Amino acid sequence: MNPLDYANYWIAMFLLVTGLFIVIARGNLVKKLVGLGIFQTSVYLLYIAPGKILGGTAPIIDPRFSVYSNPLPHVLILTAIVVGVATLALGLALVVRINEAYGSIEEDEVHALDLERD
Amino acid sequence: MMAITAVTIARLRNLFAVVVLSTLYSFLMATVLVVLDAVDVALTEAAVGAGISTVLLLGTLYLTRSEEAVPVHRAWLPFGVALVVGGLLAFGTLGLPEFGRPDSDIHQHVAPRYLEQGKAETGVPNIVTAVLASYRGFDTLGETTVIFTAGVGIILLLRRSRSDESDRPTDRRDGS
Amino acid sequence: MRAQIVPRVVTKLFIPFVLMFALYVQFHGDYGPGGGFQAGVTLAAAIILYALIFGLPNARRVMPPWLVEAMIALGVLIFGAVGVAGMLRGEEFLDYSVLSADAVAGQHLGILLVEAGVCVTVAGVMLMIFYLFAGRGRRPS
Repeated sequence: MNPLDYANYWIAMFLLVTGLFIVIARGNLVKKLVGLGIFQTSVYLLYIAPGKILGGTAPIIDPRFSVYSNPLPHVLILTAIVVGVATLALGLALVVRINEAYGSIEEDEVHALDLERD
Repeated sequence: MMAITAVTIARLRNLFAVVVLSTLYSFLMATVLVVLDAVDVALTEAAVGAGISTVLLLGTLYLTRSEEAVPVHRAWLPFGVALVVGGLLAFGTLGLPEFGRPDSDIHQHVAPRYLEQGKAETGVPNIVTAVLASYRGFDTLGETTVIFTAGVGIILLLRRSRSDESDRPTDRRDGS
Repeated sequence: MRAQIVPRVVTKLFIPFVLMFALYVQFHGDYGPGGGFQAGVTLAAAIILYALIFGLPNARRVMPPWLVEAMIALGVLIFGAVGVAGMLRGEEFLDYSVLSADAVAGQHLGILLVEAGVCVTVAGVMLMIFYLFAGRGRRPS
C-alpha cells in the first residue's frame, strides 16, 4: 500500500477538522460561517476525488477519448455549491439582524446580553 | 497550500484578512477540482466561492465590524474534539478505495450507463449537464426550490418596511 | 468610487464581455463545461460589478427590484412547467422525451428549458441578496 493512494482522503480530512475547529472554537459569527465554508469544501473534495480515474478526462463525450471520470459526484457537488452559497447568504442575513438587535456579533457578548435581559 | 490557508484563517483575528484568504482558498479549491477533471464544478466554485461569497462577506463586514474579539479562554476542548474526530476519520479512510483506480465501487454503479448511453439518449455531449437536468431532474428541481426558499428567507429578514424607509431616506449609500 | 475614471472605463468595457460570457456558458453548457448555475452566477456578478462602480441607484434602474423578485419565482415556475408539460403529453413528470416529435430532440429541448429556469432563479436570488445587503445602511451606533 502506497501512502499517496490515500493522500486525497487525508487532505479532505485535515480541512474538515480545521473547519470543525473554527466552528466550535471561534465566537465570532462571521468567522464561524467561514469555517463552515471550509468544512463544506472539504466535503466537495471527498466526493470529487474518488470519481477521478487516472488517465481519464472530463466527462464530455468526444470521439478522441475513451476513459472518462465519473460524472455523478460532479452533479451532486454542483448543486451542493449553489445551495451552500444560498445558506451562507441566509446565515449572513441572520448575522446582520443579530448585529442590529444586539450591537455585537460575538457569541459570548450576545449570551451575556440575553442573561441581563432575563 | 490549501491547508496553510485554512490554518491561517483559523488563527487570524482580522476578519477582512480572513475574507480575502477565503477567496484565495476558493481559487485553490477550483484549481484542484480542474486537476480532478471536475471542470463544471470548478467553474461554479470559482464564480460562487470566489465571487459572490466574497461580496456577501464583505457586505456583512461593512454592516457589522471587522475585528474579532480576543477569546477569553484557550480553545483546548474544541482542539481535543477536533483531534478525536480527525483520528476517527483517519481510521475510516483505511477502508476506502485507493485514489484513481478505475475498478473501485463508485465506477461500477450507474456511471457507466450514463457515460455510454447519455449522448445517444439526450443528444448532449456534456454528461454532467445531461445527468443534472435530465436523469436527476427531480434533484435539480428540489435544489432550485431550496435556492428560491433561501431567497425568500433573506427577503423576509432584510427588507425594510415602507415606513422605515421613509424615516431615513438619506442613509442609503452607494454600494461598496 | 464615482470620481475615479479608470475603474469606470474599464468596467464599461468589461460588462458586455461578462454578459456575453454568461450567455455563452448558458447555451454552450451542453457541449462544454457550463450550465444554468454558472450562467446565473456570472450574470448576477456582472450586475453586481455595475452596482459597485456606478452606484446602487443606477443598478436599480437597470434591474429594478420587482423584476428581480419576479425572476426568483419565474425560474422555478419554468422548471415546474416543463415537468408538467411532459405529464400533459402522457409521460411522467420531468420526462422530456415527449416534448418534441423526436425523443432525443425532446430531451435536448427539455434540458435547455430547465437550464434556463435554473439560470433565471439563481441570477435573481443572487442579485436580490446583493441588493438587500448593499441597500442596508450601516446602523448608527
